[in-house]
Amino acid sequence: MNEITVKFTLNGEEVSISAPPYFTLLRLLRERLGLTGAKPGCERGECGACTVLLDGEPVTSCLVLVPQVEGRRVDTIEGLSDGDHLHPLQQAFIDESAVQCGYCIPGMIISAKSLLDNNDSPTRDEIKRAISGNICRCTGYVKIIRAVEVAAERMREDEI
Amino acid sequence: MKFNYQRVNTVSEALEALSGNNETRKILAGGTDLLVMIQEHLISPGELLDISGIEELKEIGEDDGMIRLGALVTHGRIADSPLLREKALPLVESCGEVGSPQIRNLGTIGGNLVMASPSGDSIPALYVLGAEVILASNEGERSIPIEEFLIGVKKSAIRSDELLVAVIFPGMGADDRGFFRKLGQRKALAISKVSTAAIVSLRDGVIASARIALGAVATTVIRTPRTESFLVGQPLTPEVISEAARLCSEESRAITDIRSNAAYRDEMAGLLLSRGLAEIAEEN
Ligand SMILES: Cc1cc2nc3c(=O)[nH]c(=O)nc-3n(C[C@H](O)[C@H](O)[C@H](O)COP(=O)(O)OP(=O)(O)OC[C@H]3O[C@@H](n4cnc5c(N)ncnc54)[C@H](O)[C@@H]3O)c2cc1C
Ligand code: FES
Ligand code: FES
Repeated sequence: MNEITVKFTLNGEEVSISAPPYFTLLRLLRERLGLTGAKPGCERGECGACTVLLDGEPVTSCLVLVPQVEGRRVDTIEGLSDGDHLHPLQQAFIDESAVQCGYCIPGMIISAKSLLDNNDSPTRDEIKRAISGNICRCTGYVKIIRAVEVAAERMREDEI
Repeated sequence: MKFNYQRVNTVSEALEALSGNNETRKILAGGTDLLVMIQEHLISPGELLDISGIEELKEIGEDDGMIRLGALVTHGRIADSPLLREKALPLVESCGEVGSPQIRNLGTIGGNLVMASPSGDSIPALYVLGAEVILASNEGERSIPIEEFLIGVKKSAIRSDELLVAVIFPGMGADDRGFFRKLGQRKALAISKVSTAAIVSLRDGVIASARIALGAVATTVIRTPRTESFLVGQPLTPEVISEAARLCSEESRAITDIRSNAAYRDEMAGLLLSRGLAEIAEEN
């Protein structure tokens, strides 16, 4: 089948790339753009391992088709660090030992980032709700929630 | 996953495309049901007609007390809308419990209606709000009450040449109180085993009218007319609430399936009603 070309903003940079229209955004990122941070888990919208930001909102990239990203903004885990410094969320996940196998973490951090972008001091319940679409089979979530709290604290301190 | 793909940017383009006969074509909105069904090989459409870019279907509007939601309004936008929190609380609460944040950012109200699942979470709320569904085709528009739109398990009254363009309902008045409660296997990412939506109108502490709808208990969403008429003229006392819960469980007539069994569902339908009513009683 004919491929189509889409133009969109990926981690702040304009990209133009071709793929079959039935490719998901997840496949486009992994197979055509070499960005393997977003992970394929269930490919049914249930696990959240493939979560990316679409126009700033978290979505499961396994349920978005390539032509649907035309003209839009996509942010993935690869865009979080500035090259020298990790994003406070990434650093907090390391410091709080919130990572075990790591498979869920890119999606988890993207969901947490969308929360902190809109709310600089979330409650524990707000954190739980924000990551409720991200399943972790290893950690039991306690350290993940703590890491998000630590990141929020540090980001608030940096603001001052 | 393989199919032909066509994108339309306006309603008239969509209706034009739909007027051509094509047995294997499917409309794509948020894709949270359709793409999952394709992934699971439950269906294999030859062509997807992508309507997700039609801006005119993304509006939330109010005109003379009537609320109009475009078909492509997402669950997330409904859950976050201050207007709807004031005028359609049961809908705000139900859309806020769909799937997960990611699913709520993609899934649309139109898709939830056309899927016509008995456990579609927006549907009980739309029943108690007295909603009508607006369907458009090249021949014009028609509007049908939600009870007539949903005709069975995953069956709706939409024709293959039609597009669901909007759902409309009167906004709740100053005396109206409402809620939605659902019970699933876990808090997030769980299909309802049973859900209850209700709106009661309270005047001087007495119920002037009541509308109750149960989701996931029968082949379509059902109303509970005996419980509703029992409530009218009563104050919201603990005794009245527990009698309403008992009647509601009786009227639920639930089915048994993989997610739950009939007796449990009946009992929980009543319990969800009593919890919602008790909260309203507390706040008034
Ligand atoms: C992980 C997960 C969790 C979920 N949890 C819930 C839940 O808790 N509660 C719940 O109710 N649902 C849930 N769903 C189901 C789904 O998200 C909703 O039903 C959603 O509202 C579907 O909307 P959509 O825009 O994604 O529809 P799509 O998948 O795009 O379409 C669904 C169907 O409707 C048709 N259609 C869509 N829009 C129109 C239109 N305007 N006119 C005519 N036909 C149209 C399509 O052709 C298709 O047949 C879940 C799904 C997933 C993947
Ligand atoms: S891979 Fe997308 S949600 Fe699981
Ligand atoms: S760290 Fe292994 S799934 Fe979360």
